[in-house]
Amino acid sequence: MSPKDVKDIVLNIISTVSPDADLSDVKEEEPLRDQLDMDSMDFLDIVMELRKRFKIEVPKEDYPQLATLAGCVSYLLPRFLAVGADATTG
Amino acid sequence: MATDERIVITGVGLTSPIGDTLAEMRRNLLAGTSGVTEIETRFMGRVLAGVCRFDETRHQSRKDRRRGTRAGAVGIYCANEAIQDARLALAEIDRSRVGVFLGITEHGTVETENEIHAIREYDYDTRYWSHHHNPRTVANNPAGEVTISLGITGPHYTIGAACAAGNAGLIQGAQMLRLGEVDLALAGGVSEAIHSFGIFASFAAQNALARHSDPARASRPFDRDRNGIVVSEGGCLYVLERLADARGRGARIYGELLGWAMNSDASDPVLPNTERLCQCMQQAMERAGIGPEGVDILNTHATSTEVGDEREAVAIRQVFGDYPNVSVNNTKSYIGHAMGAAGALELAGNLPSFDDGFVHPTINVDNLDPACAVRNLVVGEPRQVGRVDCILNNSFGMLGTNSAVVVGRYPGRGEA
Repeated sequence: MSPKDVKDIVLNIISTVSPDADLSDVKEEEPLRDQLDMDSMDFLDIVMELRKRFKIEVPKEDYPQLATLAGCVSYLLPRFLAVGADATTG
Repeated sequence: MATDERIVITGVGLTSPIGDTLAEMRRNLLAGTSGVTEIETRFMGRVLAGVCRFDETRHQSRKDRRRGTRAGAVGIYCANEAIQDARLALAEIDRSRVGVFLGITEHGTVETENEIHAIREYDYDTRYWSHHHNPRTVANNPAGEVTISLGITGPHYTIGAACAAGNAGLIQGAQMLRLGEVDLALAGGVSEAIHSFGIFASFAAQNALARHSDPARASRPFDRDRNGIVVSEGGCLYVLERLADARGRGARIYGELLGWAMNSDASDPVLPNTERLCQCMQQAMERAGIGPEGVDILNTHATSTEVGDEREAVAIRQVFGDYPNVSVNNTKSYIGHAMGAAGALELAGNLPSFDDGFVHPTINVDNLDPACAVRNLVVGEPRQVGRVDCILNNSFGMLGTNSAVVVGRYPGRGEA
């Protein structure tokens, strides 16, 4: 599991949540909500997919760390490694 | 605001098992073509159903569809189509003066069944229960999704009136226009019922779910061999306006809501009360300023159940038995029972009669049950009657809720 694997998994989850979104040019350091017109319910969809696919729990107080794609990668990489997630599962 | 303000229909948007436009639906009604098919449903296996195949992405993004409900998708499709049909540019009108009034039999059943089924996979751990469930299952969901789709900021709600809900939605829209609460009403009914297994299971438990080797012949109101209901989905929304407003903008007018009535049986949760059915029809006609001699087409509610069809026939004979002018038909023989959408869809199927003078038949009456004999039941083939001025649209629902709506040609006799 590499940072790129995590990024691909997150983008795959976002493509499920926002099937019409153009994900070809997502800026890693800018808030996902601003780039992709996502709201708090969409964000909860991402949290739910992480739970369903990888049994990763994201406590509410950690939500701000997932605001950007870069933030998602740095927050999730150790957690994916901890649960032994396979990059192909995403 | 005058409480006798005239209310007219200026747009229609619909989806049904026999078409996703009024023209397509009408073609199939005149051709005698059923839309009933067979589907696979959870725990029940193969069942007969009326399925709609409108393009959900025509007016709704895939993201919004994912977050919403099938009933919402039906409502959004029908509302957008009705607005376009009415040749209204929503961006140019005051959308705080537009209301959405949708009849439903139930809502939330489909979504709750799906959620419980989904968390079974996680050993019923409620952390896996969707945060979308509450907005999906509040009873106003279908109407609310319409307001979001169209940016409507006037009032919206659903009206729960069982199988009379389609008429009830129409009535509510008309009343809100007369009260001056809105200037445009999107009114009618929607159903997503086929996506719930529980509805099929409950009708089956009552021995009221239709069975037939040929799906197209399963819904057979008034036929001697009828054996139950075909559950269907669908939707029909009308644009309703006050006549003065419709004329002011040069709108095409499909017809005028001349009168309506709703009452309650107050007798049985399931079996209809013929005396109350009679009273409902009579009250609607009285309010429309007509008698039985004034009705040209009577669309029956009849759902293809043994008792329900018979009791409605008794009521029709009582009210219309002496009147040879009334042609009687039924739409459920084609599309099954579209639940909350039924009354609204069935009215739509008859509206083109004002233009073409045909009464569409009811189909699948191979052997008329003598107990269901009514005068001038149009069977199998459409009947050309010359001029149609008035349609009476019946819808009767569980817990004894009854509705009847009288729609007249516009302009009527003697009017310019």
